[in-house]
Amino acid sequence: MFVLHVNGEPRTVDVPGDMPLLWVLRDIIGLTGTKFGCGVAQCGACTVHLDGQAVRSCVLPVSAIGDKAVTTIEAVGSTPSGQKIQQAWLDVDVVQCGYCQSGQIMSAAALLARTPNPSDGDINAAMSGNICRCGTYVRIRAAIKQAATGKAEVLQTIAPAAGSAA
Amino acid sequence: MKLQGSVPLDRENVDAGRRDALKLGGLTLAFLWTGVGGTAHAALNARRQPGDAAAAATDGNPPFAPNAFIRIDADGLVRLVMPNVEMGQGIYTGACMMLAEELDVGMDQIRVEHAPPNEELYSMPLLGGQITGGSTSTRGHWQVLREAGAVARAMLVAAAAERWHVDPASCTVSRGIVAHQPSKRSLAFGALAKSAGALPEPGKVTLKDPKTFALIGKPLRRVDSAGKVKGATQFGIDVQVPGMKIATVKACPTFGGRVVGINDKRTRAIPGVLAVLQLDGAVAVVGEHFWAAKQGLDALDIEWDPGDNANLSTAKLRVALADKSQSGTPIVAREVGKKPADGKLMEAVYQSPMLAHATMEPLNTTVWITADKCEIWVGTQVPTRCVSAAAKITGLPEAKIVLHNQYLGGGFGRRLETDSVEQAIHFAKQVSYPIKVIWSREEDIRHDIVRPMYHDRISALLDSNGRPVWYGDRVTGGTVLGRWAPMAMGKNGLDDDTVECVAEVPYDIPNLKVEWVRHDMPDGLIVGWWRGVGPTHNLFVVESFMDELAHTAGKDPLEFRRTLLQKNPRSLALLNLAAEKIGWNGGPLPARVGRGLALGEPFGSRVCLIVEAEVTPQGEVLLRRAVVALDCGVAINPSSVEAQIQGGVLFGLSAALYSGITIKHGAIEQSNFHDYRSLRINETPPVELHRIDSDQAPGGLGEVGTAIAAPALGNAIFAATGVRLRSLPVDRTLLAQNGNVLKTVVGDNCAEGVIDGRARA
Repeated sequence: MFVLHVNGEPRTVDVPGDMPLLWVLRDIIGLTGTKFGCGVAQCGACTVHLDGQAVRSCVLPVSAIGDKAVTTIEAVGSTPSGQKIQQAWLDVDVVQCGYCQSGQIMSAAALLARTPNPSDGDINAAMSGNICRCGTYVRIRAAIKQAATGKAEVLQTIAPAAGSAA
Repeated sequence: MKLQGSVPLDRENVDAGRRDALKLGGLTLAFLWTGVGGTAHAALNARRQPGDAAAAATDGNPPFAPNAFIRIDADGLVRLVMPNVEMGQGIYTGACMMLAEELDVGMDQIRVEHAPPNEELYSMPLLGGQITGGSTSTRGHWQVLREAGAVARAMLVAAAAERWHVDPASCTVSRGIVAHQPSKRSLAFGALAKSAGALPEPGKVTLKDPKTFALIGKPLRRVDSAGKVKGATQFGIDVQVPGMKIATVKACPTFGGRVVGINDKRTRAIPGVLAVLQLDGAVAVVGEHFWAAKQGLDALDIEWDPGDNANLSTAKLRVALADKSQSGTPIVAREVGKKPADGKLMEAVYQSPMLAHATMEPLNTTVWITADKCEIWVGTQVPTRCVSAAAKITGLPEAKIVLHNQYLGGGFGRRLETDSVEQAIHFAKQVSYPIKVIWSREEDIRHDIVRPMYHDRISALLDSNGRPVWYGDRVTGGTVLGRWAPMAMGKNGLDDDTVECVAEVPYDIPNLKVEWVRHDMPDGLIVGWWRGVGPTHNLFVVESFMDELAHTAGKDPLEFRRTLLQKNPRSLALLNLAAEKIGWNGGPLPARVGRGLALGEPFGSRVCLIVEAEVTPQGEVLLRRAVVALDCGVAINPSSVEAQIQGGVLFGLSAALYSGITIKHGAIEQSNFHDYRSLRINETPPVELHRIDSDQAPGGLGEVGTAIAAPALGNAIFAATGVRLRSLPVDRTLLAQNGNVLKTVVGDNCAEGVIDGRARA
């Protein structure tokens, strides 16, 4: 029996201690925004925050969490950096299939929280653990910079005008 | 799905159609029997179809449902039903734009819905089935969805005009409101839905003049982003059904192998394990959650009979392909003129590897079988094929198969197959509750239906001016089409996909001969569609070889192509644009930095890519920049076009740099992203897109960037190092400056990696 603090709520889960947080979130608590991609911390689709740090939940045993706060994609929008990142993701229209984007956004939000104005090198270091098979990397980079600076990135073909689909 | 056995082939008509379809490209080649031989295949139609009544009934009979794509509820909600599936390519957004343009609603006023499986209503005209693939969606939608919007608009206007006793022509529509300016009256679509629904269909409708488009041609944001950035979008793997259990599977690692026996004692001792299921060639463990199922599967002792493929290896397959290329009977795909007697003959052998798809969302299917019903939740590119398969496996009529399509976490051709769905149905038959079958990443890669490997012998004859006067290509490899849509195989058993983009090239070369030698893989090793299909394979060969010819002729690769494009102004313009944007003649580049260009006309579009790459002394390839010039006809949504080109190019570069499936003891050696590498953000260059706009009908996009990527990379590597790579993926050992530099620096990198764990992905 473990008591987890997930998105600000206490959650009591009766699961084996070696069960990765990913499956506790998805199959026990029912938060499916965090994705399964590889199971071995190679792709980053399962990234969540543990006390604000980006971690790969597919290899994080539930017994190792203790009383650290777990934040998932469903609630990262209530953090300042998460809110900025999600908005930039919409403005730049980053997503394609979208499956990896929960993890991308969690990694980017953690980056922005600790490095408000990340360089390309900072972005590489923080984001290279997140694979996107659709190849949205160019827009991911643009969106992180836009979230940091508030300035529209040049590569975008999207006009900042309204009237678009939200 | 009535793909097989339904239509007698009329060879002559098929071959006539084939020539047209060659211009469409790729997967469309599969479906040329459409409408041939008397049984016209149903296809998307802007007008009401006989099956619409039943479809509307299952949708709660909305007051206004003028065709299969538009539903307007009494409260004014405009629901658009998407004939294709969304796997990232942005087709939901494009389809909505085409419908909304003519319907005159805002993109913020609509709700998007997945289409149910229904061949009559949602069959793609270019594919002859309810199939999403082959970069055909926009091409197939372009006329019909705009017309569908116009039909609906005309009926709503007619309803308003009738109520106001005015001439419909005096009414205007904007953002879902019909207005009559002279009398200052207006009504929203919701208020008109019921009366519009009772009206007869209009006669011929006139589509908007493109100059007046409000949406088409504008870079609009996607309709599916909001859910995807919040983790709220439901993919197949996210489906939750009451009482559902989770299963994970292991099929015999050796292709075609069987289960001899299992010992599940340790498995059953694991808390949360509910059942151990068995098929001829695979086992599944069912658990309360994935972790229990996975732990249970890992603990299972399985005895396999590897069968006939126990000694199969990539090396053996390669040798067999090369032998067959020499000894096999070629099928001539296209022959023009004759090989001149004089000239300088150039020959080269190119090899392409098997490839896995590695969609980010591993394969999964949720199935619930009861006495009289089989319900399936899955993200698939072929919903009706899944229904047919389920009917066959369960013995239920197709009417009792209910399939709920989902957002796809990547497709790339993998979800054009039904193997994982069929397997899940077989397992679900053995339990009384719904099960969600999730393949681990290892299972997903080891049991991918891989892109075939190819062996190509290409040659050309250069005249005294260095200009090619003849080219020949003998492609040797397996056929996807022959299994996937055997009815679509051409004259003499030709699979057109295998010669796509080499049978016809953009260049003015008067004589040519292109052949295919069929070499099937051993039973059990199944090959499938992979993003870019035939063009991805052939453009690597053709455009790399064009570079070889240019260098042999002592000409700049750009100039060499220019002289051959004088009769092809659209592609010449792209070549010039890409060269200008990257600064092709802008002075020398640093040592071991090179630029490579490639040009092609895949999927009804035209594209030129220039890659700038640096090759380190150790042979590592660093991508510095990619510039794309594109002519895709009308760009429905320039933002989507850019996204597809960027993503497509990166997908192709990723494969060329890192990907190759190899086989040992009859099993795929790779298993996860550590040994089936994928491009990461730190390896991604800027990818710039420059379009030449045209008013031609839209071309395909989803596979265009992928198809053109590898040759541009190979040519850049040649420019940087002088090493010509004739096989993929890139072999870094060929690119190292010398063996010693490799040894010393690898040692240094290892030390760095230990100190700074973040240094490399």
